[in-house]
Amino acid sequence: MKRLNPSLVAGGVIVGVIVLMALVSFVWTPYDATLVTPASRLLKPSWSHWFGTDKFGRDVLSQIMVGSRTTLFVGVVAVGVAAVIGVPLGILAAMVRRWSSEVIMRANDLLLAFPALLLAIMFGAVFGASTLTAMVAIGIASVPGFARVIRSGALQVMRTEYVLAARAAGRRPWPIAVRHVLPNVTSLITVQASVSFAIAVLAEAALSFLGYGTPPPTPSWGRMLQESQEFLFSAPRLAIFPGVAIAIAVLGFNLLGDGLRDRFDPKLEDRR
Amino acid sequence: MILRLIERAAVFLVSLAVSSVLVFAFMAVLPGDPARVALGVNASDQAVAELRRQFGLDRPLPTQYFDWLGGLLHGDLGTSYVSKVAIGPQVFDRLQVTLWLVVAGMVIALVVAVPAGTVMAARHRKVSGFALSAVSQVGVAVPAFLAGILLIVVFAVKLGWLPANGWTPPAQDPGMFLKQLILPALSLGLVQGAVLTRYVRSAVLDVLREDYLRTARAKGLRPFQALWRHGLRNAAVPVVTVLGLQLATLLIGAVVVERVFVIPGLGSLLLDGVSNRDLLLVQDVVMVLVLAVLLVNFIVDLLYVALDPRLRTAS
Repeated sequence: MKRLNPSLVAGGVIVGVIVLMALVSFVWTPYDATLVTPASRLLKPSWSHWFGTDKFGRDVLSQIMVGSRTTLFVGVVAVGVAAVIGVPLGILAAMVRRWSSEVIMRANDLLLAFPALLLAIMFGAVFGASTLTAMVAIGIASVPGFARVIRSGALQVMRTEYVLAARAAGRRPWPIAVRHVLPNVTSLITVQASVSFAIAVLAEAALSFLGYGTPPPTPSWGRMLQESQEFLFSAPRLAIFPGVAIAIAVLGFNLLGDGLRDRFDPKLEDRR
Repeated sequence: MILRLIERAAVFLVSLAVSSVLVFAFMAVLPGDPARVALGVNASDQAVAELRRQFGLDRPLPTQYFDWLGGLLHGDLGTSYVSKVAIGPQVFDRLQVTLWLVVAGMVIALVVAVPAGTVMAARHRKVSGFALSAVSQVGVAVPAFLAGILLIVVFAVKLGWLPANGWTPPAQDPGMFLKQLILPALSLGLVQGAVLTRYVRSAVLDVLREDYLRTARAKGLRPFQALWRHGLRNAAVPVVTVLGLQLATLLIGAVVVERVFVIPGLGSLLLDGVSNRDLLLVQDVVMVLVLAVLLVNFIVDLLYVALDPRLRTAS
């Protein structure tokens, strides 16, 4: 029985709470998150509005709750895109001849020169800003991380005796990749997914803040921050709530990633 | 060593060429044509055709690409389809502003990360090391633009010590320049510092386990003396690599931070270009940013060879 490490527990709890909040928001929020009530604009936190209201009189807590859906949705799709492209690419790079592998990894490195934000702004310029372009851009920008990590893991698996045996028995590369390599890199995929999720949350927040992410009226933490900017002097709390939500979400996924990494590779535990 | 340098330079040049094709191709697959985009939907077909001819958009794509590339190599970034103003000087002016931010942010990140990371490693089983680790974990989770907003709330709104936004060129008013630089540079630097701290910590921890450090301790050096004399240079190799990657992150982070602090840098130019549908401007700025990222990676590769003697002799 492995001892639970604090990062894993803390990360798991934070991520769990965010997922729960998103699920609850489907059936219940204190108020309709998009309901504009001019009479109750810029209210301070109180019993009826725990986090106060914004410039349109919308309940901030309800927006934070519904905003968690946006955050998780973007994260899941972006990480999905990255994994679907990056994992096969990494395994392929580990299995092909040396120079083909070199070409794949160089192309992969080249993608690193296009960070998520830059890619998303380019996508926004060409296709118009939307949640979809943001998710795809963040996903593509996260491919190099997956490909790199999975390749190094897959290279180790390729040197194991059971893979050598399978090759000696005349198994073709494709079944080896699916039957032997993929199952043995799932722990790496899980860790990378958690780390990429944190990056996706950050990128989505930054993009919505710049106006290239989720368009209104769908609540998004990044856009709440952007809308709060004109009230920094009169109502700084409008920036604090979504800001803290973003930071906690990123912290949660980072801790979860660290915790998972320690769990799958106990040798590393000491280093974190 | 020479062979290695040539190899790195070749990789850099090929990457640059491929990314220029990518950037150009991406902008060329646009659903609309740039001339119509620039003139608006109500423009007559004749006016659009005229603009296309004027900017050479009626020529085959490969010709347009090589023309653009040739211009870039000569420092000529072309003329905006929308404002009809030369793009090169604008990019150059804005780049200087952004570089101030990036360099100041990097300096702050280093000043924070090297001591904090070293202490965290040296005391990693003690409460102080753990506390610093926790602080850095939180720092990593805060995006630069959020840090910027929080810093504005504290230092501009509550305390009134520093201006909330704006930009003054250093030549015009050095005092005001510094005042306005502090908050944006801090928001970039503190966040990057938190990330860097974790790498410094793990690099120093690796060095602490080395035999030569145990020997140094056995000679009677105190832990920090041993680290200072024998450890830090060895710990520098992985840290420099991360530093390079971080410079790229800082450059992109500056795009958002410029928005928060209303600073007329490259990021603002890019975002204005996107909202004005000024596609050649967007294409140029993206290319400049990509060039900067690739150039930094190339320099890091060179530093890597310079710092690690084993890499020099290996080839």
